[in-house]
Amino acid sequence: MNERGFGRRDFLKGAVIGGAAAASPQLSERAQAQSQPQAASEPAAGYTFLNFAEAAFVEALVDHMVPADELSPKGTDIGINIYIDRALAGSWGKGERLYMQGPWKLGTPSQGYQLPLTPAQLYRAGIEATNAHCRKTYGKTFDLLAEAQREEVLGALSSGKLTFDNGLPARVFWTTLYQTVMEGMFSDPIYGGNRNKAGWKLIGFPGAIAVNRENVQKFRDKKFPADPIGIGDMS
Amino acid sequence: MVTRLKEVDAVVVGLGWTGGILGKELAEAGLKVVALERGAMRTSANDYSLPNIRDELRYVVRHDLMQNTARDTLTIRNNPSQEALPMRRLGSFLPGEVVGGSGVHWSGHTWRWTDMEFKVRSRYEERYGKNFIPADMTIQDWGITYAELEPYYDKFERVAAVSGKAGNLRGQIQPGGNPFEAPRQHEYPLPPLATILAGEMFAAAAKANGYHPFPRPAANASHAYTNPDGAKFAPCQYCGYCQRFGCEANAKGSPHITVIPIAMRNPNFELRSHSWVTKVLKHSDGKRVTGVAYTNLLNGEEFEQPAGMVLLCAYAINNVHLMLLSGVGQPYDPVAQTGVIGKNYCYQTGASATLFFEGRHFNPFMSAGGTNVTMDDYNINWEFDRGPHGFVGGYNVAAGINTALPIGYRPVPRGTPQWGKAWKQATSKWYQTAMNVGASGAVMANRYNYYDLDPTYRNAFGQPLMRMTFDYKANEHKMGEHAAKVINDIARSMNPTQLNPAVARTQPWTVVPYQSTHNTGGTILGTNPRDSAVNKYLQSWDCHNLFVVGANVFPHNASYNPTGPVGALAYWTADAIKNRYLKNPSPLVPA
Repeated sequence: MNERGFGRRDFLKGAVIGGAAAASPQLSERAQAQSQPQAASEPAAGYTFLNFAEAAFVEALVDHMVPADELSPKGTDIGINIYIDRALAGSWGKGERLYMQGPWKLGTPSQGYQLPLTPAQLYRAGIEATNAHCRKTYGKTFDLLAEAQREEVLGALSSGKLTFDNGLPARVFWTTLYQTVMEGMFSDPIYGGNRNKAGWKLIGFPGAIAVNRENVQKFRDKKFPADPIGIGDMS
Repeated sequence: MVTRLKEVDAVVVGLGWTGGILGKELAEAGLKVVALERGAMRTSANDYSLPNIRDELRYVVRHDLMQNTARDTLTIRNNPSQEALPMRRLGSFLPGEVVGGSGVHWSGHTWRWTDMEFKVRSRYEERYGKNFIPADMTIQDWGITYAELEPYYDKFERVAAVSGKAGNLRGQIQPGGNPFEAPRQHEYPLPPLATILAGEMFAAAAKANGYHPFPRPAANASHAYTNPDGAKFAPCQYCGYCQRFGCEANAKGSPHITVIPIAMRNPNFELRSHSWVTKVLKHSDGKRVTGVAYTNLLNGEEFEQPAGMVLLCAYAINNVHLMLLSGVGQPYDPVAQTGVIGKNYCYQTGASATLFFEGRHFNPFMSAGGTNVTMDDYNINWEFDRGPHGFVGGYNVAAGINTALPIGYRPVPRGTPQWGKAWKQATSKWYQTAMNVGASGAVMANRYNYYDLDPTYRNAFGQPLMRMTFDYKANEHKMGEHAAKVINDIARSMNPTQLNPAVARTQPWTVVPYQSTHNTGGTILGTNPRDSAVNKYLQSWDCHNLFVVGANVFPHNASYNPTGPVGALAYWTADAIKNRYLKNPSPLVPA
């Protein structure tokens, strides 16, 4: 039992007692009700990896890629910047599971990632190179560009039209950048992004839902009333 | 300093499905068995339970249950003229690294491979003539028959709780099943899984087009079940977190809830996890092995484990790697066409279309590992005349949804922007409305697709990495074109609002993105030591007390998932060892 009075065992018990058919929507409401005071458990603001310029870049990037509209708040309000900071600071950013022995060669596209950089090092070098490009082209860094200019930069990065003067492969940077933005939007909120499950709500994904044995028949070709549940709601 | 341990009867290298099956069977036969597993012990109760198992980032994106490429990986190239470079992180395929191996994180698709594969060369030559098979296509008959394996398929299906519908019971075609399958003696142990909307719509369209759709057999228990060994399964919850995850519901047929705990209750069986085998040790007579060398990953200590018998049961790639590192058998040379170890590495190919139906709700988060409807009209259907299309082998076509989680699965029509308001609108609009129709195709062996040891790169133990040389050849491209057309014809007949059509693959194979963990070959089975590494009992031709178990023994790859024959061959080998080899330890087939 945790302090919010909704522990894993209660969840499991509820699933059994409530019957699989009703379990998910019921628990979903319950989890929502219990998660009202959850603001306190959200990751604190502030950065553990990104420096001032990098934070400005990432904030501008995620707000440009995920703008606020009727479908969701903007990227920084969803915490995508926080997700990225924590991911880069953590084991993945430091190159866990990455084979880091040389010799280093660029190789063919078939051979995948071949840079002598951890994801955090790649991010750092990529932001620096993108800002250098922006200063050269527009006279200021990415975060200070107008929306249309930002769009132009991302278009050039994603299409491979942009090459960096320092030899860093721009497409490899873009692939990592894009993937982390999507992770920050759609991974479980325990990682700092997808705040209030905004990414999951955008598509109607129910999250860590437990049982669908009856639902798979009951909701065949019907909208599932998804109030998403995260790992934190069940812990 | 290497510590030499007390000799045991058998050492099992790698504890997944095959190691679990052989470990259990041989311990029950009275042998003292030690299993060495490089991964950690993990259990359903502690590790695959709610809520933490429901974590796409950890298990799908960050590969929590998979081989750690920082320590050991392969080098990759498309052809022998290129310089191979290390696969620095996993992508195209995902070997497991944990007690239970890839059997923990698989989806459960369980097929019976038939004489369509086992007699591949003789059948095609008989029907189409010798010239139909290109000179570089090094396919060969397997030297084993479906009839021999049938009882072992049955055994594995019962152990793994396979849900499905028989299509051919003792020669009688059964409504609702796969009419092209080879005769089965028994029905599946469990009825098929529920059919989800995507499967239902595909089935209707396939039937209307004259095809023969059927529910895919899968080791996802459709109902509560107790297997013949007494292992208990709960019914599948269609939770949508199957592939890449351990099963929270104990519904997926996995070695860590079946054969492994049973073996571990047997005092004859001992598991040593965190144990990395670096070499199989050969006797000076060259005709036997004496045990293995391994390192305790918790402190770096090195051991020699002497054993009367060695069973290589690691992931298919790692079994071949160990054979090459140990110098058992002659390494394959594609230029001279000599040697066998490393020969006939194969993979799989495919094509797929995404169909969007405005107003439908596919609920992609409600699925099992095997909620698919499949058709074999272009696969194991020998009536399908390959002659005009010029390819060997076949492909199955299927629809359904398995483990469609939102970091990786957000289908939108082609041409949709990748970010911004338009991207958000399209993502929101189409997510619920999409389904796939896809093909999984065979890859025939080719002279220039093979494994050997890399000359440059090393693993954490200072040993050469394995080098994989692989690309798709003309046979796969022709098959891909045929498959894309069939898929698109079916898809268009379903009148989707939008269609991302299937496109036949023409580019070289790449290490990203994920494609399939169905790597086969490298220590292939066969009828003689000149063109195979092991005999039909998976016994090394060179060292009779060494057995090499896994998809590494397949001489080519079919369109089907490999675990059915992998499991069946493990039981077949266990029987050969228990009933014949132990009575007279020697070659089970004369060379």
